[in-house]
Amino acid sequence: MIQLIAFYLFAFLVIASAAMVIFARNPVHSVMWLILAFFNAAGLMLLAGAEFIAMLLVIVYVGAVAVLFLFVVMMLDIDFAELRAGFVRYLPLGALVAIILAAELVFALGAWSAGGIDLAARAAPAASDKSNIQQIGELLYTRYIFLFEAAGIVLLVAMIGAIALTHRQRGGTRSQKIATQNRRRPDEATRLVDPGVGQGMEL
Amino acid sequence: MISVGHYLAVSAVLFTLGVLGIFINRKNIIVILMAIELILLAVNINLVAFSAALGDLVGQVFAMFVLTVAAGEAAIGLAILVIYFRGRGTIAVDDANRMKG
Repeated sequence: MIQLIAFYLFAFLVIASAAMVIFARNPVHSVMWLILAFFNAAGLMLLAGAEFIAMLLVIVYVGAVAVLFLFVVMMLDIDFAELRAGFVRYLPLGALVAIILAAELVFALGAWSAGGIDLAARAAPAASDKSNIQQIGELLYTRYIFLFEAAGIVLLVAMIGAIALTHRQRGGTRSQKIATQNRRRPDEATRLVDPGVGQGMEL
Repeated sequence: MISVGHYLAVSAVLFTLGVLGIFINRKNIIVILMAIELILLAVNINLVAFSAALGDLVGQVFAMFVLTVAAGEAAIGLAILVIYFRGRGTIAVDDANRMKG
C-alpha cells in the first residue's frame, strides 16, 4: 500500500515538475524544478529496486549537472523576456508533435502489454542474495569493462572539450611564470654591496 | 499493484514533455538543454523499469552509460553556450544559422 502511495506521489511530482521546467518564465526557476524532477525520478528508481542508479542520479544530476546549469544561468546576463517572445507562436506546432509522440507511446505501451513478443533470454539475471550495487559492480568490472572504460574516455573528452572551449587568455594580467622562476640563479638574483659609513644605501 | 506499465506511462509523459519543451522554447537554448536532460531521464526510467521487470541487470548498467553521456553532453553544451554568449551577447539561437564556416 505504501509503495502505491509512494509511486503515485513520485510519478505525479516528476511529471508536474517536468512541466514546470519547460513552462517556467525564469530559467533559474526551471533549474530548480529540474532538481525536483531528478529527485523524484531517483525515488521512482529506488522503488523499482535500482538503488545504485537512484544514488547516481542524485549525485550526478543534482550534484553536478543541475548545479552546472545554475552556474551558467546566473553567470550569463540575459534578457529573458526577449527570449520568451516566440513562445505562443511555437506552441501549436510543439503541441502537435507532443500529441503525436504521446499517442505513439501509448500505442506502443498497449501493444507491449498485449504481449506476444518474447524477448531473448536474460543476459545477466539478477541474483537475490546480493545487493544491487554489488551485482552491478560485478557486471560492470567484468563483462562491461571496456564499455566502462569507454564511458571514462567520454567523460575525459567532455572535460577537455569544455575547458578548451571556455578557456581564454586574457591580456594585461600578471600570471606566474614558473619556468622563469626556476631558471633564476642566486648570482643574478642577489647583489653583494659594501656600503660606506654615513653614505646611505643605494638600491 | 505497480506494474512495469505504470513506469512506462510516467516515462512516456516525461519524454513527451521534453520534446514539447524543445519545441516551445525554441529561442532559449538553456531550457532546450534542460529538456534534453528530461528526455534522457525518461530513457533512464524506461531502462530501469525494464531491468527490474525482467530481472536483468544489463538495463541498469546501460542506464549508467546514458547518465555518463548526459553529463558530458550538458558540459559541452553549456561550454558552447558560454562562448556563443561571449561572442554575441545573446543566447537567442534561432539566428544561429549565421555561423557558417
